[in-house]
Amino acid sequence: MKYLILLFVLSIAGIASADEGLEILQKRCVGCHDIKGPAAQSVQELWQRKGPDLFYAGSKYNSEWLEKWLVTPRRIRPAGYHAIQHIQQGKKRDMIDTTTLRPHQGLSASEAEEVTKTLMTLKASAEIMSTAVFKGGNISASFGEMVFEKFNGCVACHEIEPGYGGLSGPEVYTAAKRYQADYLVSFISDPQLWNPKTPMPNKHVAAPNIQKIVQYLQVLAKENWDEKK
Amino acid sequence: MRKNKLRLVLFFLLLMFSSAIWSDEAEDNYKNYCWQCHGMTGDGMGLNVQDMSVQPRDHTSAKAMGGRNDADLFKVIKEGGLAIDKSVLMPPWGDSLSDDEIHGLVKYLRKLCQCS
Repeated sequence: MKYLILLFVLSIAGIASADEGLEILQKRCVGCHDIKGPAAQSVQELWQRKGPDLFYAGSKYNSEWLEKWLVTPRRIRPAGYHAIQHIQQGKKRDMIDTTTLRPHQGLSASEAEEVTKTLMTLKASAEIMSTAVFKGGNISASFGEMVFEKFNGCVACHEIEPGYGGLSGPEVYTAAKRYQADYLVSFISDPQLWNPKTPMPNKHVAAPNIQKIVQYLQVLAKENWDEKK
Repeated sequence: MRKNKLRLVLFFLLLMFSSAIWSDEAEDNYKNYCWQCHGMTGDGMGLNVQDMSVQPRDHTSAKAMGGRNDADLFKVIKEGGLAIDKSVLMPPWGDSLSDDEIHGLVKYLRKLCQCS
């Protein structure tokens, strides 16, 4: 009987905790992030969303990274979520208009814990999740680098180290810290499945090569980039 | 007679309205997918060019664009640079854009370069 009561109390505490995260999300996050879905169906609708969709956050982010980032957020996309809204013409090329970029709000450690718990319950459909799985094991990361940089030119839009690579997409040297490996495999193999209007193209990379790219991203993420900056 | 005139006016209004939607959509798609490399003005000097091994094409140049027919432009947008023996840095947008949208972009490119 004692155990039953304890179980009941713990489950109530769990519900209360999830609700607290949801409450914070609704008060402070939904102005910029969609937590209900579906993804934007038009370019105009996409541009109205000020931050990434979170309605599948539990299938996308690594919870440990997410909780830390929410306390000390740092810019991941050099030119903001929609690069086209934060650029201006420069002397030689278009440049980032830093005056239009706003810092992401930080949460307290306890708020971040609650929000992370709630976000991790928001999962993509089983149908989407079944599309790709990271197999791990003995995969060549150096070949993955070639697939990423040379064969597919992904570096055109993504920085592979601080200060080297394209600026319109998110940095990829920390991607494997941020994202679950299965999500990376699935997103690279079919970005439009997750976000139909994303400016990330489907390059039709062969499935074994996607595995190599994700392995490469995992090796990149192990570097101490903060120290190297 | 009066009915026919009215029909004609309505037809032209509809035509103007639909072409405005068409070009707005092409302009939005150009911003969303092309600006990042080809630039805000289409001159090939976009945000990403600094570390690119091949500079994106200048869409405002009649010289650079005049040598490509519409079928080539459609193909390169849909299937990527490699499809016409050009750079891998130009990705295929066939999964992001419908054929109609790509045709719209081809028209938009012709507007930028003022060439055929």
